[in-house]
Amino acid sequence: MKWIAAALLAVALVLLPFFAGDFYVNLASQMLIAAIFALSLNLLVGYGGMTSLGHASYLGVAAYMSALLTSRYGWGHGASAVFSILGTTAMAGFFGVIALRATGLGFLMITLALSQVLWGLAYRMSGVTNGDNGIGGLTRPMPFGISLDSAAAFYWFALIVASFSFLMMTVFAASSFGSSLKGVRDQPRRMAALGFNPWMIRWITFVYAGFWGGVSGLLYVYYNKYIHPTSLSTTSSAEALLGVIAGGSGTAAGPAVGAALVLLLKNYVSAYLDRWNMLLGAVFVFIVLVMPTGIVPGLTKLLQRRPR
Amino acid sequence: MTISRRQFVSGVAGAGFASLAAPNLAFAQGAGPIRIGLLAAKTGPLASGGIDMELALTMFLKERDSTLAGRKVELISADTAGVPATARTKAQELVEKNNVHCIIGPLAAFEALAIADYLTEKEIPTLGVAAAEDMTQRHPSPWFARVSSTSSQCAYPLAEYSVKELKYKKIVTIGDDFAYGHEMCGGFQRVFEDNGGKIIQKIFTPLATPDYGSYVAQVKSADAIFLATAGSNGFRFLRQFIEYGLKDKMAVIGGMTALDESVLRNMGDEALGIVTTSWYSAELDNPANKIFAPAFRKQFKYDPGYYAASTYVSGEVLEAALKATKANVEDKKGLMTAIRGSTVNTVRGTIKFDEFGDAIGDVYIRKVTRSDGRLVNSVIKDYPNVSQFWTYDKAEFLKNPVYSRDFPPAKNLEP
Amino acid sequence: MQFWIIQGLNSLSLGGLLFLLSSGFSLIFGLMRLANLTHGAFFMLGTYFGAISLRNYSGLNIWVAALGAGIAVAAIGGLFERLILTRLKTNPLGQVLVTLGMSFIISDACLMFWGGDSIPVPTPQSLQAPTRVFGFVFPTYRLVLVGCAIAAAIALYFLLERTRLGAMIRAGVDDRQMARAVGIPVSRLFTIVFCLGAGIAGAGGVLGGPILSAYPGLDGDMLPLALIVVILGGIGSLLGAFVGSFIIGFIYTFGSALFPELAYIILFLPMIFVIAFRPQGLFGRVGA
Repeated sequence: MKWIAAALLAVALVLLPFFAGDFYVNLASQMLIAAIFALSLNLLVGYGGMTSLGHASYLGVAAYMSALLTSRYGWGHGASAVFSILGTTAMAGFFGVIALRATGLGFLMITLALSQVLWGLAYRMSGVTNGDNGIGGLTRPMPFGISLDSAAAFYWFALIVASFSFLMMTVFAASSFGSSLKGVRDQPRRMAALGFNPWMIRWITFVYAGFWGGVSGLLYVYYNKYIHPTSLSTTSSAEALLGVIAGGSGTAAGPAVGAALVLLLKNYVSAYLDRWNMLLGAVFVFIVLVMPTGIVPGLTKLLQRRPR
Repeated sequence: MTISRRQFVSGVAGAGFASLAAPNLAFAQGAGPIRIGLLAAKTGPLASGGIDMELALTMFLKERDSTLAGRKVELISADTAGVPATARTKAQELVEKNNVHCIIGPLAAFEALAIADYLTEKEIPTLGVAAAEDMTQRHPSPWFARVSSTSSQCAYPLAEYSVKELKYKKIVTIGDDFAYGHEMCGGFQRVFEDNGGKIIQKIFTPLATPDYGSYVAQVKSADAIFLATAGSNGFRFLRQFIEYGLKDKMAVIGGMTALDESVLRNMGDEALGIVTTSWYSAELDNPANKIFAPAFRKQFKYDPGYYAASTYVSGEVLEAALKATKANVEDKKGLMTAIRGSTVNTVRGTIKFDEFGDAIGDVYIRKVTRSDGRLVNSVIKDYPNVSQFWTYDKAEFLKNPVYSRDFPPAKNLEP
Repeated sequence: MQFWIIQGLNSLSLGGLLFLLSSGFSLIFGLMRLANLTHGAFFMLGTYFGAISLRNYSGLNIWVAALGAGIAVAAIGGLFERLILTRLKTNPLGQVLVTLGMSFIISDACLMFWGGDSIPVPTPQSLQAPTRVFGFVFPTYRLVLVGCAIAAAIALYFLLERTRLGAMIRAGVDDRQMARAVGIPVSRLFTIVFCLGAGIAGAGGVLGGPILSAYPGLDGDMLPLALIVVILGGIGSLLGAFVGSFIIGFIYTFGSALFPELAYIILFLPMIFVIAFRPQGLFGRVGA
């Protein structure tokens, strides 16, 4: 039963561009990007118990690096993609060393501070980043010579990347390393006593999450063909965090669902409702009250209860 | 508001239906309504301007019974929230879901730049409000026309006026630390110094500056201070400027949004006497504005300013172009040519467009006075037909880099 | 010389403003272990209440408006705590979601009711004339604001150190389980403290109004400042919030004047160092 549903979902996702208009296909692409981003944040928040309010750093830096390398230095998309991801991952390694000195609210604040510094640099160093005007006129890559300029082509590209990302992150969480991460989240002292190195486990997770954040950033800049400092802002980080929590942190699918929900409210419902911000806030409050652990765990519980 | 809501909802529904029924059929003219998309930030920090933009355009269409050049019009209004990525999604929504024939807005440069490539690629005639210089200079788009002005277009006349009429010799500029502020200060500086004046200090304040105290305290003694601020920043700066007793020591002059009507309506006597420059004032004495400004005031209880006028003028330009093309909006190229080729008597006076799509029109030097108990921008001088290149040679002008924090270089700064 | 004196006074006045903003946040966090991300919105709501009431009732003065706004925001905060937060005591992620969600609701409601313009909070008539300090001119209201912050700090000190309620709060901050065990009504205490914290933010919003004005986005501008102050000073420490406010006031003021190119990051760099090397903050008793 579960497998049939999953297969149907997969078929529906693949075939979407055949029955939906460009606008909806593009909306779906944005959801896929937001889903990768949220899933990467979930590695920290959900499995690692590290609530980060600066995850937009990785999305933004990868996007900026790719934008600068391709548009200003004339690099090819392949090389700049590799370099951007490597650069972002290296940065995550460095940030991890700083941020992991703290836990709890301190960790949240230090990630926020680091991302604010990047945001400030992107804004202020207009000679490099073009400041508030952002970098426009970007192109999408052409993997194997296939143009991604149509809505459908980009969607399929994003779907492939997202599926692979989902797989890789789910495998990570389900692996023995993932178990030790959850152990460190719940019982750091006991884990240390058992001979694990909690700091190292957290750091590796931090870097891995930064890597996938960078991947989502690449897709983000390919999709928008434009990058602006707001992509690095606390608001972007907070939005992703809210998506993760609303969907269900620490679950495989929850963050994707939450991210999709935030995106839908922001980009779709807002066409019909001026007060969409208020609705967004009310939805968050509602979710917490009704399903304190998030949508996906909440619904799962509901569905499991029914047959019995 | 209720009416705009109804139009807006019916617009969305109508557009959805039309796109389902016949998405790609070429309409004969008069078949189906003209769909206009408005991109305005109705939430977030830019909301004040975005809301006025929507009010004025809705009013414009209502006055014409939602009919332009004999054809029904539907307005679909989208909230960009003042965020570039959202602006892009909303532009896609207007184009791909609502099949709009043309777009008006958005307001902020970064919103406009985020969607510029997309609208050019989709060949959507766009009547812009954003002031980013290069959109009509070094990176123009054939599908873009600007009914307002570039960031510095209105600063040029004020700079000349400051030297020649106000006899200022030394001026401090203060602006928001983003492209709009940089460009406006740069343009002001260039003309002011070319006329023999000196800019002795340039201050740029970060966008999110809750307390302007530390910036006010830095202001050096000069003949005047030039405010290149947008939204509420100028207003908050000015209040601190007065609190520190500086308004008695030096004059205040301002760019086109510093003391906009939307700012004045929340100010008191402290604003009196401040000289600013803009392509519009609610006090303008021309036939179109004699109808528009009082009607707007009657309906919404305050004067229209930069933001309201920008979409109203867009409407007027669009109407003229539609009349010229017999409302054949399906011919996008024809519509765009008509827009750019039009000479229109608008509420801001008569405007036409240069070959880059930027408006050439009068720029007014205004002074804050009190009239009927409210603060207004009285026009004290009219600079006719100001171009974005001012009096400079176009080719020479475009060889320079766009104005920035460091260009033109400041040579007269005092330590 | 003038530069140092004037900017020094500016730093003090900004510090005072920050204390009014952050003391409530610190109090709430200290007792409830709750990062109340609605705090910026409470502050903004206070500013709007002050701006609107002073605009509509010309006879009103700012002190009465601050008291009224404080009570109103405290009431809203109390309802929020009783109806929603109290169900989430062991769910920190849920708290993040709900407090941010609440701040979305409040800021959008402000936009809906009062539009997008910035609305001034007028400086009281009697304080409009600048004061001469060492021969330099300085806004009188800013000096009064520092006085307000000090008065608030003293009042809070007495409340915490000299009253029965304060003793209970301190007990709760130090050891919640123990406090409950000795019969302190912790749940009711939470509500009281949350009301108090929200109320200070609301009143502080009015008092900061003549400097800040009410505008959409004020909440987002202020919340990070509250977080920075509290992280620097030490969570749950009144002294920490007080000292932290003035330190941040000085860093912000002199930083933006002396190093304008660092204006965007000047507050965050020191914070990174503090958290990295002294995670409990300057005066914190417990790790963050």
